[in-house]
This record gives sequence, structure tokens and C-alpha cells, in this order.
Amino acid sequence: MLPSILDGVFNGLSIGSILLIAALGLAIVFGLMGVINMAHGELMMLGAYTTFVVQNGFRRMGEPWLQFYIFFAVIMAFIVAALVGLILERGVIRYLYGRPLETLLATWGVSLMLQQFVRSVNWVLVVGLMVFCLLYFGGLWLVRRRPDFERIRGWAIAILLALSAGIAWAVGSVLAQTYGLAMTKPWFGAQNVDVTAPRWLLGGLPIGNYQLPYTRMFIMVLTVLCVLGIYWFLQRTAWGLRIRSVTQNRNMSACLGIPTRKVDALTFALGSGLAGIAGCAVSLLGSVGPNTGQNYIVNTFMVVVVGGVGKLVGTIVGALTIGILDYVIGTGILALLFAPIQPLTDFFTFFATTSMSKVLVFFLIVVFLQFRPAGLFPQKGRTVDA
Amino acid sequence: MNAKILEIENLTVSFDGFKALNNLNFSLETGELRVIIGPNGAGKTTFLDIITGKTKPTEGQVRFKGRNLRNYSEHEIARMGVGRKFQTPRVYLNLTPRENLELACNRYKTVFASLLKRTPSAEKRTVSGLLETIGLSHKADMKANLLSHGEKQWLEIGMLVAQSPDLLLVDEPVAGLTDEETELTGELLTSLAESHSIIVIEHDMEFVRQIARGQVTVLHQGSVLCEGTFDQVQSDPRVIEVYLGQEIHHDQPVSLEDAPQLLEIVEGADPETPGTLQGDFAEA
Amino acid sequence: MTVQAAAERRGIDWSKRRSLLIEAGIVLAIALFLILIVPALLSGFRLNLMGRFLALAIVALGIDLIWGFTGLLSLGHGIFFTLGGYALAMHLKLQIPPTASSQLPEFMSLYGVTELPWFWKPFYSFPFSALAVMLIPALLAALLGYVIFRNRIRGVYFSILTQAATIIFFNFFNGQQKLFNGTNGLTDFRTIFGVPVNNASTQFAFYVTTIVFLVLAYALCRWLTSGRFGRLLVAIRDDEPRLRFSGYNPTGFKVLVFAVSGALAGISGALFTLQTGIISPNSMNIAFSIEMVIWVAVGGRATLVGAILGTLIVNFAKSLLSEKFPDIWLFFQGGLFLLVVLFLPDGIVGWLRTQGVDLVRKLTGRNRVATYPSLEEDPEVDYERKNLGD
Repeated sequence: MLPSILDGVFNGLSIGSILLIAALGLAIVFGLMGVINMAHGELMMLGAYTTFVVQNGFRRMGEPWLQFYIFFAVIMAFIVAALVGLILERGVIRYLYGRPLETLLATWGVSLMLQQFVRSVNWVLVVGLMVFCLLYFGGLWLVRRRPDFERIRGWAIAILLALSAGIAWAVGSVLAQTYGLAMTKPWFGAQNVDVTAPRWLLGGLPIGNYQLPYTRMFIMVLTVLCVLGIYWFLQRTAWGLRIRSVTQNRNMSACLGIPTRKVDALTFALGSGLAGIAGCAVSLLGSVGPNTGQNYIVNTFMVVVVGGVGKLVGTIVGALTIGILDYVIGTGILALLFAPIQPLTDFFTFFATTSMSKVLVFFLIVVFLQFRPAGLFPQKGRTVDA
Repeated sequence: MNAKILEIENLTVSFDGFKALNNLNFSLETGELRVIIGPNGAGKTTFLDIITGKTKPTEGQVRFKGRNLRNYSEHEIARMGVGRKFQTPRVYLNLTPRENLELACNRYKTVFASLLKRTPSAEKRTVSGLLETIGLSHKADMKANLLSHGEKQWLEIGMLVAQSPDLLLVDEPVAGLTDEETELTGELLTSLAESHSIIVIEHDMEFVRQIARGQVTVLHQGSVLCEGTFDQVQSDPRVIEVYLGQEIHHDQPVSLEDAPQLLEIVEGADPETPGTLQGDFAEA
Repeated sequence: MTVQAAAERRGIDWSKRRSLLIEAGIVLAIALFLILIVPALLSGFRLNLMGRFLALAIVALGIDLIWGFTGLLSLGHGIFFTLGGYALAMHLKLQIPPTASSQLPEFMSLYGVTELPWFWKPFYSFPFSALAVMLIPALLAALLGYVIFRNRIRGVYFSILTQAATIIFFNFFNGQQKLFNGTNGLTDFRTIFGVPVNNASTQFAFYVTTIVFLVLAYALCRWLTSGRFGRLLVAIRDDEPRLRFSGYNPTGFKVLVFAVSGALAGISGALFTLQTGIISPNSMNIAFSIEMVIWVAVGGRATLVGAILGTLIVNFAKSLLSEKFPDIWLFFQGGLFLLVVLFLPDGIVGWLRTQGVDLVRKLTGRNRVATYPSLEEDPEVDYERKNLGD
């Protein structure tokens, strides 16, 4: 009995820590800007693919480097996801502040495009994109310097867009024709790819009859480090202070000269970077594919709903609670616990599969919201709901 | 007739330990027009939030026409006869002024009544009359988001009248209005006072002088500092201290680390108590 | 004065009635056009697509009600759509000829079910099934709406909760092989009222039925949104907390609208199922529910016509593009989300109403400054126009 409970708690914590690391970035961004980023899962997926690429790069360098690729991969995943997040914020989200529902739709569009991107990315696509960006933004930069820019703005953008798209497409097809498969072969394709953990992460720590897998322990340590890092950043640095002040009162912060736009961009990049790290962690648990992000997204949203906005501790408690509940219900441990009481056992056995446990957890969340509609740690004061 | 329409006893409201209202006692006679003044952060808006049921008291009770309001939600309190005008005008921007007024004027506020009942012609006449009064007849059928700030203020006052509550709560009705509009608003309120009980919250002392017929209440740090006629209140040394005696007590150079404290001081709230960061600016 | 006022009022009523009659005429004409002429123009395959998309337009109307007018973005309409589809599909699955060896739907025998589960039994009756198509989604929506709205959970929270509900139902139906045939869903329908389902004439009857329901749904939505109820929905969208202080309780309104919109989704799902011949948990995946929203966004929010138009445009574009470029269809779709949200926030109909009118004026040389009719008579504006020029 006791070992099974321990096992439940440990595995639950490990699921919870993945949820936490995935939800952390989402919660910070949501707290600051009220934006739910539907592409958060896809940023995770990018982090996972980055890990895959880094692993293959290190494989070429051979031993003993390969054993340590994971540390480099964490950093790279953070950087890649943060950069994509930054582009997303600068390119899309900043035009939609104050319209959270539209942002939700727009980021969903982005998530679809990112999914398709990793499916079909190849050299032709990358070169084409680069040519397009170079021409379009370069051209725009040139045109912008003309004094009569405002007058010709509409036409200039339309012509530039068509021209650069045309040239980029032409370059792409020339490349595809001359080099053939080397250029057109997708990098990853639609199939899942596998990341193998370094050798020292294989196996586990035996406790009684159970084994605590090292990968899961690694993920938990990574999560703790991320939480501590974020805590330190938010509480102890100047930019952290700015982020907190904008979270509390955007207008007042702007009045005090805090560059709220920059704070937004930074926060969004930070949140996205955390998603990247989460993706790196997830890649250790199984194969990753273009749809990887979708599997996590709804659960992380629920963490934000349960945790409430604006407090880190809410996210932590929410993630761990959902993780443990999910595991404990899904594996039927509860059914075992209530073995003496037949109806309860039947009840919990009915929900004792991975997918059915989600049903019960959702039900519990809705019940929970009846008592705490604003989450575990709601913000109080006059302005709430104003 | 001169029964108390509103009685508030030992009212305390705290947000995470910060007492926005602290052991406040207050009562209003039926038919009275009362002006409430007080520096920023004194708890004026929270006071209105309590009466309208938006916030629930931590301790103490609020009785409207003898009924304790604790167990009623906002819409029930509104139906009992409490109407509120917000600090910044809140009208329905995608409806026309006429539709705004009709919504407020409507007597049957349940789901099915609003589906099945037609607007009685008496209501239509009331609405036309009100549009005349607030000077929006010629703009009655364009969307309210095209109105100017002053027109929105007036529209919201019109909605309050259309609702025809027994107790009107008016939060800074002349903020952002021109002198002429302020004067007209004052006249409107005075004429309303003949048939309604009204609580007005205001900063503009000239305006307070114009409308204050009877008592003026001064709030400070969540409790009643003093009550009396406008002249009594104006010469009360405590009031003068509260309004003028505050300075920024920081001699050292200002750094970003001090931002939260600075915010408090700028807002005029007590620097010792956190939680008022989200002050008037968030609502503005 | 009173006589004059009364006459004035009657005058207004008359003009209202006339425009209503004109609108009804136009709707009827379009419906007749769709029933009588379109079948002659399109191939059987395209006509079937048209029928499906018209069925989808009904759920789009529902989304327009809840999102366009009331401002609640539901990402859970896939649930109601699918439940409607299942309700009818269960009736169809029970059309077993008495001569058949097993009186159970074939998948049940496959999974070793020997007796029909109790909740399948009422679906023998067509009236019950037809009611269930509307009522089950409506009741579920009302229940879900009530527990969410009564706590004043709004905005993004409502959206992600409905999204979570979608995935929960998806999981549930996927996992119940014995009850609902799991992932495969219900398909392989044979007869309805004793007539073979896949007959061309039966399919045409479904097509006509779809149009009839679409017209009814449109009429219902018009009725709901035109009167005071509709104005209250807009008020909820604009400033819900404010409405409470005017003495209205928004919860009831929101629950009712959500339920109506759920019922519309259910009807839509049932009609869609009839014309595709399959309903499976797949239509409860997250993507489909969000797609529905984008149909409305493309057409134009809070314009009922826009919802229908958007559905047809996006879906025909989808079927053409995904035939031509199956690989990169997702790029198009994602781009569509971005484009509509960033550059066409009012959708096609909204654009036509504002810019489109200006454009026509410009092209026809009838360029004049647009003002509000009431401003035309405003003496102040008149003065300014005369003295300061246009």
C-alpha cells in the first residue's frame, strides 16, 4: 500500500513538474498581458525539435561530447523558442492588445502554421523564406526613407509583397530543380522523431520494488531550477521589477516611464523560452512530432485556470495538484485505496484510464471553480472586474 | 417619511489585510442629497461598491430601506432601487443613446420578458423626454461610441434617471466636463434631489459648493473624518490637514526600486499599506 | 400631439414591417434559388458539398449568436455539433431489418455486447431522436454555461474551459467502444423511414431539409437579435458588469443564448451527419471547433448573413485548396486566421458595409461625405458645413 502511494506521488509530481514547466511561461504571459497563447504548445514542440537537432550535431562530434548535449540543448531550445516568441509578439500580438479573444484566434493560426512548418521544412522553404524577408523588409526599409512614404505606403507594401514573394518563389523553384532531393527533402517530415537521453540518464534509482527513472528526476530538477530562476529574475532584477509593475498596473507603469512595450516583448520572449525548455524536457520522455504541443496545451491552460493569475505559487500548486490527481486517478490507485467500499471502487475503476482520468479531473476543476472562480490565489482589490 | 433610507454600521472592508474601509458608520435620510468628499484612496469608490453589492463587507452591515444587503447580488440591489453612475462613463458603446435609455428604463428585466414583451408606449415617451432633457435628441440613433465624453456622462446620468431608483449613487459626475456642463449637471442633480435620495462623490469643490444643500461627509482612510455643512467642513482643521498636509516624504533621489512606494504617494494613499497600487488610474 | 405621435409611431412600424417583408422575400428567393436552380448547376459531388456546408452554416449562426452578439468565444461547439450528429446516427443505426440475424448495431456484436444499452432504446423512436438532436446539446450547453457563468467566469477563461470540455468529450467518446464504437464513430447507415439513405433522391431531400432548417435558424436568430433581447446581448458584450447595476442578471441571458446556440449546433451536426454518412469523435477535436469560429470571423461578426457567407466561402476554398495543395493547406488556414484577425476584423460583410460602400461611391463618382442622418438636420453641423466647407 505505502509503496504504491509513494509511487503515485512521485510519478504525479513528475507529471506535475512537466505541466508546471510548460505552464510557467504561459502563466507569466497571461498574467502580464491577458493573452492566452495558443501557439505555446508549438513553441514547446520547437524546443523539442531543437533538442533533436542539437543531439544530432553532437553525435557527429562523437563521445564524450554526446553525453553532455542535453545541457547545450536546453540553452538552445530556450533561445530558439524565445526568438520565435519575440517575432510572434512583434509581428502579431502587439497589434492585438486589449483584444484577448482575437489574440487567441491569431495565435491558433500561428500554431497551425508552425505545425505545418516543421512538417514540410526543407532547404527550399528556408532559403525562400530568407530571400523573402531580406527583400521585403530591406525594400520596406529603403522605401520608408522616402519623404512621401505615407502617401505611397499602401501601394509600396503591395508591390513589395508581390515582388519579394515572386522572387523568393522563383529562387526556391530554381534551387529545387537544380539540386533536387537534397534541397526538397523535408528535414523532419511528418513522422515523429526520437531523442535519446544521454547514457547517464538511462536507468533509475531503485526504491523497494520501484524504480525512479533518472530522466524524470532530471526533469524535476530542471523544473525546480526554472522556477527558482524565474523567481530570482522577477524578484531581484530591474527588469523583473518592471514586469511585476506592468502586471499590476499597466497605465501607471507607463506613466512612470517604464517602457511597457519592451516589457511585453521581453516577457513574451521569456515565456516562449520557457516553453522551449519544456519542449526539451518533454523530448526525453518519448518521441516528438508536429502534434506534440497539442497534447500538452489544454492541460497547461487548466493549470492557469486553477492557479489564478499573477502569482507564481498558484501555478506551482495548480500544476502539481493536477499532475498528482491525474496520475492517481488514471492508474487506479484510488480504486485500490477504496477497495473495501464497492461502489467507490467501481466508480474509480471506471475512470482508471489515462483518457478517462482527464474527464474526472476536468469535472473536479469545474467543481473547484464553483468555490474559487478566480483560481487558487486570486487578486483582490477595487480594480478586479472593474 | 423621514425614515432612514440607508444605514451603515461598523462597516469594514479589507483586501488581503488592507482595510479599504475601516469601521465606518453612515446614514442617509430619505430625500436627502449628501455629498461625500475625501482625498484619493479614502475609500469613496469602495463605499459605493459596498452599497451596490459589487464588494461584500468583511464586517458590519449595510441596510437599504431596512433590509440587510449582504445576501443580495448587484442586480437584485439595483432592482430594489439603487442606481449608480460610474466614475468614468460606462454606457453601452454599440447601442444608440435611445437603446441605452430603453434598457435602463425597462421595468421587466427577466430573460423571457425581454424576449416576449413589447416596449410600452409610455416607456417610449419617457425615453424621448429624457433624450430631450440630456440634449441628445438629435443624436438619439447613432452609436454611443461616437458621443463625446461629456455626452456620455450625460447619457449615463440619463440612464440613471430612466432607471428611476430611490437612491442614486453618483461618482464624480463632472469629471472632465466644461464649466457650463458642470453647472447644468449641478442643476439637474438639484432638481432630481426633489424626488430622490442622492449620494454624490466629488472632488470639485466649486461643484460641491453649488449642490451641497445639507450635510457633507468627509472620508479619510476608510472612515468618516467629519460631517457637517459645507462651510463647517471646509473650515475644519482636520479636513484641511488631510487635503493639504500631505507631502512626498522622500528626500533621497528617486530610483525605480521605489516605484511601488512612489505610486502610493502619488495616489495619496498610506505608504504603509500595500494594495492600492491598482488605484484610480486603472479605472480611468 | 398624441395623435401625431401615434401616427409617427405607426409610421415607424410600417417602415419596419416593410423592410422586414423585403428581407423575408430575399431570404425566400435565395432559398428557392438554392433548391430549384443550384442543383441544375452543380455536379452531384459539389451539390452534396453544398448541402454539407449549408448544414455547417447553421452552427455558424449559433456561433455568431454567442460570439458575435454576446461576445463569448466558445471553443466547444464541436461537442454540441457531434452530440446532435450522434443522436440522429443512433436512430439510424437502429433501423435494422427484422430479418437480420442480430438486432443490435453491428459494432456492438463485434465488441461482444449482447443487449442494447438502456439509453439506446429511446432512439428507436424518430420523434424522440429528433428532439434529442436539439435538446441534448441545448441542455448540456445550459448546464455547462450555468456552472461557468454563475461564477462570472468570462472572456478567455470561458474559451479555454469550453476548449477543455471539448477534449474531455473527445476522450470520452473515443474510449467507449462498446457504447459508441469508439474512434470509428457511427457510420454505414442504411435506411431512414424505410428509405435507403444513400439514394440520390433521399440525399436531395436532405439537401432541401437543410435549407429549410437554415432558413428557420436564420429567422430564429433574426428574431432573437432584433428586439430588446438582442440589444441586451450587445450590452452584455459591451459591458457586462454595468448591466448588473441596471438591474439585469446577465447569467440567465447568457445561459439561454448558449443553449440556443448549442441546439443550433446539434441540428447542424445531425444534418451534416445525414449528408456525410458518418459521425465520429473526430468532429470533437479542438481544431474543428476553432475552425467554426473562423468561418464567422471571415464572414463578419454580429452579422448573421456574414456567418452563412463565411461558412460557404471558407469551406469551398478549403475543399478546392486542399484538393490542389493537400500538403500546405494548414499554411493557408493559419494564414487565414492571421489575416482575418489582423486586417479584416469586421469580416467581409463588415468591410462591405464600411469600405465597400465608399469604394462604390468613389468608383461611381458619387463621392460625398458620409454623415449620420440625424446629423444632416443638426443646425450646428449644418452651420459648420456651410461656413467651413467640406
